[in-house]
Amino acid sequence: MNLLSWLRKVPLWSGFWYTLGVLYFILPLYATLDFSLRIQRDVISLLAYQNAFADPGFLKTFVYSNILAVITILFSLLLIVPTSYWIRLRLPEARRIVEYVTTLAIVIPAIVMGFGLISVYGAPIKIPFTSIQLTDSLLNSPVGTNFIVIMGYTVLALPLMYRSVDTGMRTIDVRVLTEAAQSLGANWFTIIVRVILPNLRASILSGALLTFAIVVGEVTISSILNVPAFSPYLWLMGQHKAYEPAALSFASFLMIWASMGVIQIVTGGRAQASVAH
Amino acid sequence: MAQIALPASRRSTSTVSAKKWLGALPFFLFAILFLIWPSARLMIDAFLDGQGRFTLDNLAQLFQNQTIVSSYLLSIQISAVTAIGGGIFGFFLAYSVTIGGLPKPLRSMLITFSAVASNFAGVPLAFAFVATLGRTGFITAILKNIFGVNIYTAGFNLYSFLGLSLTYMYFQFPLMVLIMAPALDALKKEWREAAENLGATVFQYWWHVALPILMPSILGTMFLLFANSFGAYATAYALTGGSLPLITIQLRAQIQGDVLHNPSLGYAMAMGMIIVMAVSTIGYIWLQSRSERWLK
Repeated sequence: MNLLSWLRKVPLWSGFWYTLGVLYFILPLYATLDFSLRIQRDVISLLAYQNAFADPGFLKTFVYSNILAVITILFSLLLIVPTSYWIRLRLPEARRIVEYVTTLAIVIPAIVMGFGLISVYGAPIKIPFTSIQLTDSLLNSPVGTNFIVIMGYTVLALPLMYRSVDTGMRTIDVRVLTEAAQSLGANWFTIIVRVILPNLRASILSGALLTFAIVVGEVTISSILNVPAFSPYLWLMGQHKAYEPAALSFASFLMIWASMGVIQIVTGGRAQASVAH
Repeated sequence: MAQIALPASRRSTSTVSAKKWLGALPFFLFAILFLIWPSARLMIDAFLDGQGRFTLDNLAQLFQNQTIVSSYLLSIQISAVTAIGGGIFGFFLAYSVTIGGLPKPLRSMLITFSAVASNFAGVPLAFAFVATLGRTGFITAILKNIFGVNIYTAGFNLYSFLGLSLTYMYFQFPLMVLIMAPALDALKKEWREAAENLGATVFQYWWHVALPILMPSILGTMFLLFANSFGAYATAYALTGGSLPLITIQLRAQIQGDVLHNPSLGYAMAMGMIIVMAVSTIGYIWLQSRSERWLK
């Protein structure tokens, strides 16, 4: 074997770019891990992690963000699964419009949307063109504020959730399943919950995990609306501490990694990315 | 995918179709209440002054106020740099695992990594880059202790244009990888064989065949990366604390800040942002649909 054919077999050019890419991925993570372990001079320890997890603020904001994430996921599914199902089954002419709406959710930056929500729901809600007031400003009460935050998160997650669910719907034959269920006497509720949903398990799980990653990492809307979420807490902590924020950053990376790993397994490698930073 | 029309019932079609649309009503209601109306409201407010009277003043300010013009330019620059840089880097990476000849397991590793990294943004990403390239960061220390190069005395600063661009690249190039890998898969072997049979060199094949086919997809994805970075707020805010006056940072300062505080002007800035985002998203969609002519 001469040198030339050997060189052809080892793709140097590809290898070069791949190595560079892996370094770009790994180095910041390694640096964060390395830094987070050095809170004590000359000793490698997990003290920064212990401190961070023991902080009452961590537990409070992390639990809060997780609750928001779960509600957002449930609400998005309740909104999107029946819509996507109905469009596949009876209303193909609405597909385009729904896709435009999900694209609009990408076009409006999170920060603009946050201020849009404040501008509409930060004032008392009136019946249009009259001065009859329906409710006080929703943002005056914690319940109202949380509601608006969840609606905002649902919009952020909409493009991903819709795409995940719709891709799943495409791979099953919605019409045949529906007709089979109907001929056996199932009603709409039974069809969706016991026939359609089980067939969408993989795509629902991947949509849900992506939404989870978005919501727990989200800082724009939560800081504009001033709710006690995890990411604003992490940011604030970074203003007066060094090691604990690094520890939590590395931990949240591991969390995203776990979510994406599960998605890879259940969808067989159809990876997705969010577009909302 | 073909949509077969349902066996149409003989009842009056208009009531049937009205009923059909009822099924999509909750979705549209949600979209109007929490997406369309709030954005429309900001755009309307951009035309009103503090007393609620019609004015074009706020929009004029977008072009006259030097601070605002330069913050738009800064955001556009950083988005263009990271879109082109991330686009090129991501393309080569996608190439390396598709037709570049690297073994299969490396590919699924890269795709998983890309999916993770494109979702890794905001506060944790900023902190990771501080630990890497900050004043006492990992790479900063290696360069200083091993190679004797102090990048900070040489003029580098993480909290600057270059630093923020390097940070944005972390979620930009993975997105390119995720979109380009399937496009490169769709390049047909026959095209390459045909070119080689006709005596084309590797360069000629890429320049005359592969790149023209891939170009709409490459450019389109770069438009998407541009929008991805133009609307970004969290990472920049977490990294620079607002010291780099991007449009998103200035927007918040106008609407919610203590110093600048001119909400009407902020709404006009929001409207300008929506227009830039719309243009680049439409560019993405248009180019992506063109690329499907060959890559299916």
